Amino acid sequence: MGAYIVRRLIAMVGMLIALSVIVFLLFSVLPADPARLVCGKACTPQIIKAIDHKFGYDQPILVQYVDFAKGIFVGRTYGSGTAAFECGAPCLGYSFTLNEDVTSLITHSLPITAQLALGGFILWITVGVGVGIIAALRRGKWQDRTIMGAALVGYSFPSFFIALLLVFFVQIKFGLLGFHQYTPFFDSPSEWFKSLILPWIAVALLYAAFYSRLTRNQMLETLGEDYIRTARSKGLRERTVIGKHALRAGLTPIVTAAGLDLAGLLGGAIIIEQVFALPGIGRLSVQSVTTSDLPVITGTVLVAAFFVILANLIVDLLYAVIDPRVRLA
Amino acid sequence: MSDPFLSVSDLRVQFPTEDGVVSAVDGVDFAVEKNKTLAIVGESGSGKSVTSQAIMGLLNRKTAKVTGEVRLDGEELLTARPEQVRSLRGKRMSMIFQDPLSSLHPFYSIGKQLVEAIDVHQNVSSSAAMTQARDMLDRVGIPNPERRLKDYPHNLSGGMRQRVMIAMALLNSPELLIADEPTTALDVTVQAQIIELLRDLQKEFNTAIILITHDLGVVADMADDVVVMYGGRVVEKGGIDDIYYRPEMPYTWGLLGSVPRMDAGHSTRLEPIPGQPPSLIRLPKGCVFRPRCAYHELVPGDRCDVERPDLLPVSPEHAVRCHLEPAQRQEIANERFGLTSVDTGVTERREDA
Repeated sequence: MGAYIVRRLIAMVGMLIALSVIVFLLFSVLPADPARLVCGKACTPQIIKAIDHKFGYDQPILVQYVDFAKGIFVGRTYGSGTAAFECGAPCLGYSFTLNEDVTSLITHSLPITAQLALGGFILWITVGVGVGIIAALRRGKWQDRTIMGAALVGYSFPSFFIALLLVFFVQIKFGLLGFHQYTPFFDSPSEWFKSLILPWIAVALLYAAFYSRLTRNQMLETLGEDYIRTARSKGLRERTVIGKHALRAGLTPIVTAAGLDLAGLLGGAIIIEQVFALPGIGRLSVQSVTTSDLPVITGTVLVAAFFVILANLIVDLLYAVIDPRVRLA
Repeated sequence: MSDPFLSVSDLRVQFPTEDGVVSAVDGVDFAVEKNKTLAIVGESGSGKSVTSQAIMGLLNRKTAKVTGEVRLDGEELLTARPEQVRSLRGKRMSMIFQDPLSSLHPFYSIGKQLVEAIDVHQNVSSSAAMTQARDMLDRVGIPNPERRLKDYPHNLSGGMRQRVMIAMALLNSPELLIADEPTTALDVTVQAQIIELLRDLQKEFNTAIILITHDLGVVADMADDVVVMYGGRVVEKGGIDDIYYRPEMPYTWGLLGSVPRMDAGHSTRLEPIPGQPPSLIRLPKGCVFRPRCAYHELVPGDRCDVERPDLLPVSPEHAVRCHLEPAQRQEIANERFGLTSVDTGVTERREDA
């Protein structure tokens, strides 16, 4: 187990390095010229050259990458003399459009995305798995039909549509809740809650629809298994049969799906953040793409990739804990 | 004579489906005494497994319509409250299944699954339950039971898993054990061990056993009485000797003709029963076996097509559901199996060869 984790962690680092190289190369072949973008209308070739020099864009691509990689571990200094400024480790680069280093941009927006993702996650797992189980136990009955019908609707709507419907009905038409800017929890818990409740619901609805179907199918499959019949033949109470034997086996695949979906969201809920104007990672990436802010794009891509790769590892480990048949090797 | 320990009378199980009502079990009667083994024999789809699940109360009451009477030690089970039947399951009656790998929960250790069966019926401490589980594993011939308690089903061999299933079924010393094809998924050598084990345990615990199988070899090893089922009905029942030496129903002949016998010459060909078991949705009006029966022409008119034969006694313990005349049946049985005088029959066949 220990050796397995170490091996996976090494592989994880390798993947991140490979990914950063690819992202770096992709951007170096793009026609965008970052220096030109920052220097504005009254731009002269000299200024561009100065900027290029300051950020290292006049160097060969290999040197640029090494500088970038070094910055992550030991930090780096941009410019020289009095104009020099420090970008401490882990330095993911510096955004000229936003005039801020990428690391602090990400550390500011990541908590917001994390709150959005975790809140939504808790909501959708509770609701999705809960109603999925109800639907499975009431198979063919009105409860099942209602839940599956609603899930199909929720599942078919694109997330921006659901988000906009929420904004339109809750905030505009019925004037509930009002409009709230994101407020950190410690500034005002109630404002914090009001600013996040609709985004949570929007995120959760889509996933809950998917998870209720997944849960229902898993449960139905499990309830038909021979070992469920065995559990009943032992004389176990129905709530033990379902709550223990069936749930344990039925929910295992859901753990995998949930882990990966949560990781995907941590990389930025692009549409939801955009609709609700939450300054999270998703919004940061959209912004950086539209302004060709290469260092920020690289940073957000790496953060998103980090979560996905990490979640894969965690899910695999969890699976081995849940299912004794799984051998990690 | 007192009532039999388990009696099943006029048991019917119907599953309403979109294509029509499936009559899986259609008026089945039998009884089992303690320390006796009743074998229920038949092809897949003959209703034998559904019968056993109906006795155990394992059929979903919403999807299966179960009527008739099942009495365990005098207590009616079909009309009893589900909670009452549940409290009997695993305690007074228990069941082992065909495929021990899929019948054990893959995520729980053997010990956990055994202890669970003890906890639900007995009020004992968890260490006492663990000791009981270990002793029972030891009793069913599992080496190193202490260590096996921590193992998971996938760590064990097929034979060991079936032993675990048997141990699980016997934990609360049930008086009735239903074994649904207990050896089908196992190697032949292991099959013999499991049968041997069941026989020993029956003596020790004085259990009534219902053995469900399509393996007539297993039946010969274990059963006292045999019920032959076809298309959800009992087509012949009797003592083990009645069925093996004086079979009177064409379907039973077919079953016996399709297994190799030590007492038949090696030149005797195995004869499969032609055709398929009937669909249980629209059963034939007359005899269910009529479409596959080689002897229906011996019955005058179209009785086999239109009239359902009754299960009629040929001797106090032996009953047959067939329109053939008793004399005709005995003649055919003699001819096919030559068993009225076993010795000469066997010698004659040897000479033929």
